[in-house]
Amino acid sequence: MNEQEKIRLTPAARLGKWLVSGPPFLFLLLFFVAPSIIMVLASFRYPGEFGALAPIASADSDTLHGLTLETYEFFFSDIIYSYVFFKSFLVALATTLICLTLAYPLALLIARSPKKSRDLMVLLVVLPFASSFLIRVYAWMILLGPQAALSQVINGMLGVFGIAQVYLLFSPFAVLVAMVYVHLPFMVLPLYTNLEKHDPSLLDAAQDLGANAWQRFWQVTFPLSLPGIFSGSALVFIPVLGMFAIPDILGGTGDMLIGNLIKEQFLATRDWPFGSTLSIMLTIVVLLLVWLAVRLGRTRGRYA
Amino acid sequence: MRRGPWLWAAALAVYAFLYLPLVIVIVYSFNDSRLNAEWVGFTWHWYEVLLHDEDMLLAAGNSLFIALVSSSIATVLGTMAGIAMQRYNLRLLSFMVLTPVAMPEVLLGVSLLLFFIQVLNLTLGMISIILAHITFSIGFVAVIVRARLAGMDDSIFEAARDLGATPWQTFRHVTFPLILPGVVAGWLMAFTLSIDDFVITFFTAGVGVSTLPLRIYSMIKIAVTPEVNAVSTILMLLTLTMILLATRFAPDVLKGKA
Repeated sequence: MNEQEKIRLTPAARLGKWLVSGPPFLFLLLFFVAPSIIMVLASFRYPGEFGALAPIASADSDTLHGLTLETYEFFFSDIIYSYVFFKSFLVALATTLICLTLAYPLALLIARSPKKSRDLMVLLVVLPFASSFLIRVYAWMILLGPQAALSQVINGMLGVFGIAQVYLLFSPFAVLVAMVYVHLPFMVLPLYTNLEKHDPSLLDAAQDLGANAWQRFWQVTFPLSLPGIFSGSALVFIPVLGMFAIPDILGGTGDMLIGNLIKEQFLATRDWPFGSTLSIMLTIVVLLLVWLAVRLGRTRGRYA
Repeated sequence: MRRGPWLWAAALAVYAFLYLPLVIVIVYSFNDSRLNAEWVGFTWHWYEVLLHDEDMLLAAGNSLFIALVSSSIATVLGTMAGIAMQRYNLRLLSFMVLTPVAMPEVLLGVSLLLFFIQVLNLTLGMISIILAHITFSIGFVAVIVRARLAGMDDSIFEAARDLGATPWQTFRHVTFPLILPGVVAGWLMAFTLSIDDFVITFFTAGVGVSTLPLRIYSMIKIAVTPEVNAVSTILMLLTLTMILLATRFAPDVLKGKA
């Protein structure tokens, strides 16, 4: 509401404002803001003897543990951690690009369909996404399994040329396929929302000016759809970056991503300070990406 | 409108990509074979196995209970947040409501794990799972309710005020009936999210309590039997019903999410 409305708030209305915003604010302060702060603090602590965190101070002076930058030094001392971040970044980039390639024609078709059928076509994109996440990952365990048709066909063809058999399951390939499958609707929906708003007369104008179908797409439709591409990419890239379940289920031992590293630190190695450090590094990367997406969206939006 | 054959072909291929894996899971749930390989014959066997799997039934019961409680509380808090965000333009609240939805789930999972153990000294279990589920559901409910409010003419509320209605009366007789479809859709969404959630539950469940996704996860990791296909098929039917109900109550839910 505008400034005038604010001044006009009566005491009763002001009470209403606090009653409405207070409970969700307090809940999220306690269960979202506080845990985030605790995690930042935990990254500067020492790990406890039996996992978790070491006490800040104890009666015995030998076991006095203050705050430390050790976990951060550790992160940068071993190249393997930066490598896992880099690899996760590449997987997220590849997933985003493949999702974009698959989602674009679909979103374009829906946007150019008669109004009546659009809702149904969108619903058909969302429905598989409504089934449980684990089921959608599990489905690829069946599809990529060694006895499944896909593996049989590929290995049959490879066999003709005398090439060794490939194992599709528990591979980077399986991880990538499932990443794309699980996140595809996040790309289709924002793209469709953007494409739907395009004025068809722009394409007619381009055609009258002699542009062929290829030019019409690359010089009219595509530039106008950039804000949709940016928001869709953010919605795919960010969750993929932190994903641990898909590499955990479909990947091999070498396919660890940041999410798996964090999970290991918290549940297996039980080095919580280092786990927190990794989580904070991931948060920083995510925030940078969001900032970038918002900025890009804004500059591009001006021309749209 | 320009919809060439190539566009149709590409779009149909993507639809096939979306549905084929799920169809395979459903088909194999009726397959009379221990392997998810070739079709042997029709059977209800895996559904019978499921009916006698006590661990699975217990996990399903836990999931239902957690989903009912967490979605109901999240709906109350999320509706409040949605109204507050739309009406008072509160930036900090919007940030707190939307960030848990946008960030990678693993981050919320581990920070809650840390918080429950280190600060609250809570034994992980039913309560920690429910609190975690409320935290990530509030944002979804708030977005749906706010979308519903944004589509409305503010003059209705002003009219109620001018006619002498107190803020509570305005809410009770004008605002609430108008946003009710959004509230119901938000509740259905929160329920579905809770029943499906794996990542955040994985970190906040501890050892004592299992939920349906946790149970499915351990079956997938240890030994895959077509029982997983059967439970998946039932879950798909359930979530399908919930989503169709949600779209009936608030057709703009789909667009609100995008």
